[in-house]
Order: sequence, then structure tokens, then C-alpha cells
Amino acid sequence: MTTSEHPHGHDHGESSELSETELRVRALQTILIDKGYTDAAALDAIVEAYEQKIGPHIGARVVARAWTDPAFRQALLADATAAVSPFGQGGRVGENLVAVENTPERHNMVVCTLCSCYPWDVLGLPPVWYKSFAYRSRTVKEPRSVLREFGVTLPERTEIRVWDSTAEVRYLVLPMRPAGTDGWSEEKLATLVTRDSMVGTGLPRSPEPRS
Amino acid sequence: MTANDAAKRALAANPGLPVDAEGPVFREPWQAQAFAMTLALHEKGLFAWSEWAAMLGETIKAAQAAGDPDTGETYYHHWLATLERMTAKKAVASPADLASHRDAWERAAHRTPHGQPIELKSGDFTG
Repeated sequence: MTTSEHPHGHDHGESSELSETELRVRALQTILIDKGYTDAAALDAIVEAYEQKIGPHIGARVVARAWTDPAFRQALLADATAAVSPFGQGGRVGENLVAVENTPERHNMVVCTLCSCYPWDVLGLPPVWYKSFAYRSRTVKEPRSVLREFGVTLPERTEIRVWDSTAEVRYLVLPMRPAGTDGWSEEKLATLVTRDSMVGTGLPRSPEPRS
Repeated sequence: MTANDAAKRALAANPGLPVDAEGPVFREPWQAQAFAMTLALHEKGLFAWSEWAAMLGETIKAAQAAGDPDTGETYYHHWLATLERMTAKKAVASPADLASHRDAWERAAHRTPHGQPIELKSGDFTG
């Protein structure tokens, strides 16, 4: 059975798969840790120091395109996996991806219980807080206060919708285009799109006021 | 943070590393994991960067002779192959060790439902 025949995630029975390279990396890691050459926490600390530097980070370009090209925006909201795939440079990206659009009426936030459910091939590696129990549990219960802690205060009338990622579906938040960016190019707009704005824990940067 | 100092020394010794203005960049998570293991083993004093660079250079040269396009895409594959050679040379992980652990991880992945964290159990070694 293939996932494309079951786009709604009816493949819970499928086993996991690791690529040949991932198998080799895990084999080596296990041996190094078992023999005491290093420990998991030390390796994690090094990887986390680069969390912003892992993955192709194509999400910002996808968002900027959606802001400037209404047809692309439609396509993205209709089928994000298909819309995003041309952005990948070799290798599949955005598998089982769903884009959710922020509006003045609704703000979207994404949580997940497993880091594997983060669209790292679009957004890079998940930040440490994304994997924390506190973020996962509190976002579902009190999204507005979690947002405030991230420095985002939304009008009371804005509904907050929380999306729980699964292995089958990952989410990309399409933030609202900042005011004061009329006539901006796609490249320039992409510089305003932060990772957090695509997870829903932040908003895009505001354009620098002209001096 | 010490990881940054260690990374700077690693960069100085490995001019081929994919970087941006702030340091190393990785296309996939496993690349960062391979990099992290190398830093950790270097910190332990398992090898000097000069020794690492020489071995990585050999690996890349051999790959090019075998037709590797050398576009930078394959850099971390060479890095991982070098790490395997280095750990074998230093008697940390023999090729047989690596193979049995690789197979165990494959079994662990097969018995783990999609979306669950994959964890290695002792039973994975026996098949």
C-alpha cells in the first residue's frame, strides 16, 4: 500500500524506515555511547548549537511566494506537498504537508509530540522548546498565554487554532503579510519570514521603518 | 559555548566544510550528527585535526577517482566514511561491530510503527 492512495493517514500500521546513511550514523552513535566515548546529551548539545543551520530552510521562500502570487497561494493551501516540492533541490521535501493560513480572525499554531513530525525538510530542525513537554501540553490548553511568552499578543477576537502534527500530517503556518511591504520582491519578503512565524509561535518581522 | 570553539577548530582544519557566515550548515539532520560525533571524539583526544584532515582528503580523493562528481553534495558522505575508517583505525568500532549495530537498527525500525521514536533493544541484535 502506498501513502498516496491513502492521503488521510490510514497507514498507521506501517513500520518506520531509516535510510542506509541514517542506519550507519545510528550504529556509530550507539557504539560510541555504549563504549563511553561520548554520551547522548553531549551529542545533542552540539547538534542543538546548530539547530538553525540544519535543513534547507525553504519555508521562508514558500511563504514569500504565497504572498506575491495568488495562484501559488491557492495551490499551497490546496495541496502544500505538491506546491512545495519544486522548492526542494534534489530529494523530496514537504511530504504530507498541509499549509494553514493565518487571517485577522484566526491564528494557527503547530505542536507535536515527536520531533519526527516536524517538517524539517522545509523548516530546518525543530527548536528545543518545540520538543519540550511544557510547550506541547500547555499550547493545547492555554495557547494564548504561551504565545504571550513568545512576545506575541493577539487581539481577543482572534481565534487561536492549534494543530497537532502526526507522522502522517505536518503543518506549515502561512503567516499574514506584514503591512508596509507593498511592491516588495519575493526575495526581500522572504527575509521577513521567521521560522517561528511558520510554526505559529511568532509573527513575521516588520519592515524597517524608512529613515 | 565550547561547541562553538570546538567547531571553529574543526572548520580551520576542514576548509571543505559547507558553511555560511556563522559556521557549519547541514542539509540533513544526520550530517549534524556525524559532525557532532567527530567533534566529540576529537575532544576526547582520539585524533588530531591534522590526522583527520589527511584521512578525509584520502577518502575524497578515492571517491573522485571512482567518479564522485565532487559537487559538495557528497561531502558529508565522505565525512561519515572517514569517521567509520577513523574509529576502525583507533579500535573504537570494528567494521563487524558497525555492521551488527546497523542491522540491529534496521530491525528496530521495522518493528517500530511509523511515527514512534525508534529505540534499540537487545533483541534487535539477534534478529
